[in-house]
Amino acid sequence: MPLSATNFAQPRPVPVGIRSNEKSLSSDPFRFRFRGSPSFLGSPHSLRFNPTPPLKLAIPHCRRSAAAAVTDVSNGTMVKSSANMLITKEEGLELYEDMILGRFFEDMCAQMYYRGKMFGFVHLYNGQEAVSTGFIKLLKKEDTVVSTYRDHVHALSKGVPARAVMSELFGKATGCCRGQGGSMHMFSKEHNLIGGFAFIGEGIPVATGAAFSSKYRREVLKEASADHVTLAFFGDGTCNNGQFYECLNMAALWKLPIIFVVENNLWAIGMSHLRATSDPEIWKKGPAFGMAGVHVDGMDVLKVREVAKEAIERARRGDGPTLVECETYRFRGHSLADPDELRDPAEKARYAARDPISALKKYMIENKLANEQELKSIEKKIDEVLDDAVEFSDESPLPPRSQLLENVFADSKGFGIGPDGKYRCEDPKFTQGTAHV
Amino acid sequence: MATLFQGVGAVTPFSASSSLDSNKLLLPSRKSLSISDSRGSIFVYRSDALNLKAATRKQDLLIPNAVATKGETSTSAKSGHELLLFEALREGLEEEMERDPRVCVMGEDVGHYGGSYKVTKGLAEKYGDLRVLDTPIAENSFTGMGIGAAMTGLRPIVEGMNMGFLLLAFNQISNNCGMLHYTSGGQFTIPIVIRGPGGVGRQLGAEHSQRLESYFQSIPGIQMVACSTPYNAKGLMKAAIRSENPVILFEHVLLYNLKERIPDEEYVLSLEEAEMVRPGEHVTILTYSRMRYHVMQAAKTLVNKGYDPEVIDIRSLKPFDLYTIGCSVKKTHRVLIVEECMRTGGIGASLTAAITENFHDYLDAPIVCLSSQDVPTPYAGTLEEWTVVQPAQIVSAVEQLCQ
Repeated sequence: MPLSATNFAQPRPVPVGIRSNEKSLSSDPFRFRFRGSPSFLGSPHSLRFNPTPPLKLAIPHCRRSAAAAVTDVSNGTMVKSSANMLITKEEGLELYEDMILGRFFEDMCAQMYYRGKMFGFVHLYNGQEAVSTGFIKLLKKEDTVVSTYRDHVHALSKGVPARAVMSELFGKATGCCRGQGGSMHMFSKEHNLIGGFAFIGEGIPVATGAAFSSKYRREVLKEASADHVTLAFFGDGTCNNGQFYECLNMAALWKLPIIFVVENNLWAIGMSHLRATSDPEIWKKGPAFGMAGVHVDGMDVLKVREVAKEAIERARRGDGPTLVECETYRFRGHSLADPDELRDPAEKARYAARDPISALKKYMIENKLANEQELKSIEKKIDEVLDDAVEFSDESPLPPRSQLLENVFADSKGFGIGPDGKYRCEDPKFTQGTAHV
Repeated sequence: MATLFQGVGAVTPFSASSSLDSNKLLLPSRKSLSISDSRGSIFVYRSDALNLKAATRKQDLLIPNAVATKGETSTSAKSGHELLLFEALREGLEEEMERDPRVCVMGEDVGHYGGSYKVTKGLAEKYGDLRVLDTPIAENSFTGMGIGAAMTGLRPIVEGMNMGFLLLAFNQISNNCGMLHYTSGGQFTIPIVIRGPGGVGRQLGAEHSQRLESYFQSIPGIQMVACSTPYNAKGLMKAAIRSENPVILFEHVLLYNLKERIPDEEYVLSLEEAEMVRPGEHVTILTYSRMRYHVMQAAKTLVNKGYDPEVIDIRSLKPFDLYTIGCSVKKTHRVLIVEECMRTGGIGASLTAAITENFHDYLDAPIVCLSSQDVPTPYAGTLEEWTVVQPAQIVSAVEQLCQ
């Protein structure tokens, strides 16, 4: 694709605190309460730390020019870096397709929920697609992803078929977890997605364990190809939880191949991050434990991808963990049951203008990486994928009674020995799901 | 699979100790039951130090089969080797680590310190710091880390320095350990073993004297076993490690220095089966862990008084071995449960319900359950003694039951 030299401005670092949409922040009532530095919200700066104990200073410096492709959608300006595009056309289309899949899937979920096809707590990811796509599309199949209850899109990005995820949400036997997990418990052994956790923070130690496994394989079992990394996704609310800090410590201590990805969407249901946290700058907490702490604009998939590349490479090399704070936003409420009345409409509008999908679309079109036609055809394709997923899920059977007792134990002898001397799992009623255990 | 030596050589420390009585017998002082003194000396745990002298004299008058020796077995004094319970645990652990390189240990002070009860002594030097991992003090997180490692192919053993500390790991044990196999639709197995010492010790105070088996028993998806002799400690440790299910292995602080002769051959016990300690006719006494010794002590008295109790160490706290228990109930028609758990919601309570549900027709009397008092374990020695079931109470309970 032709890269027009005239489109490239001289790379310059974007100054702290000055972005076109920053000006509107000063009138934001929430901004007044924020006592941190103005560079925090919407800052393009990533402040890096080179872990050399015991000196622990975060040294601010401007972003490397290669990464300064700021897509500033609200006023249409674009600052581009030097000769290289950040992505090729193929990569761009892949990213676009993944984000569209995530967005359309979540919209379909909402529709299905209101039609009574799925129940319970459903947490949608609209607006945060750049984080999932930016990170997960860089992973190998053997790399592990751990998520929270907002896990549909992480599952999709990791490669779990839309059909499997939708069926799981419908509670059908063809779901990725046989209908036993539901919205908040997406698992896939094939794609190395180990959750899906309902309580915040409880997935982080599990992710640390997966990273430990990787290190163990490399160093104890001497498997040379064991350089798998683990990504743990969680939110801003989790960053006040003990498990987060305990795992930061252990990961840095043992240099585990893990990346802690904070999806800071500023809200934990109705609790503003600023009201819950003494120091809201989460990336700073990485250096406190001796690991790199990075802040990135989570509404820009290209920036996320840059940061992710470095973090993943660091982990794969064996140089330890990274804490990446992605500033992002969820366009919908916390869950489909959340009326979402607390958030300021102006804040929502501001972030809606930074929609990651629109941003990527604009970038691709303006840089002649793709045209409207191609992008539209992707959207159409995804529409078809989703229609197929819904149809498949509708037609799939509900789990039969016999499934009730099947997966409680890996070894069903764990149900014990019944009064007749036989193991309970040998009881014919066990496979029918009606045995008394 | 593994061979079961269920019926062979259920040698209890009492039979082992009878050979020691003629030698030196040391009154277990406070210190003697601690780890530091365990090297080389012979300690026999007696539940009631005051009755020690009386008990030794009584030994000579006792009817020889007050304790079950299952006849002459291959584990007579000639074969097998003698060791202490914590060494038996270590032996089992080491054999499994040798057998499968994916088996690893994580916990506080398990590595360089060798374990606060020396169960992992020497293993870090042999297997390295990553395989015997010294963790920071973060129970919830390192238990979760063990679960994550188990899900991704390793077979970790997580040690709680004291079972009570695992309360901090309750989130991970309940939500993840027990549930993830199910919520993942069977995709991920969690072959983790969580072990540690619990129970009422010698004036350790309320928080170090907890019995967590009652708190964990409702968690679906886990198995719980309690060891009580070096023989079953090693066998259950090996079985737990080999099991694909998450297993919680309850050890007892006061039992680590029990000595017994165990077979040289490899053996693995069943996680779901109970152990017949002493067959009898009059009453079924169900017990586990340390209370087994109080029961056996009471059994001696009872035998002298003409009773014939059947003593079963249930070993498997979840699930219950209803077959062994049921056969016994059908024979004796009277049940006494002796446990160290709290009265409310303890293992005894569940066991009472299970027996009533399944064997109600065979009972001639209501089930009697002797548990610890619903009291935070006091520090003072006398008070502590009164919170736990003592042999005298067991004797009078049986007498009452058998009227």
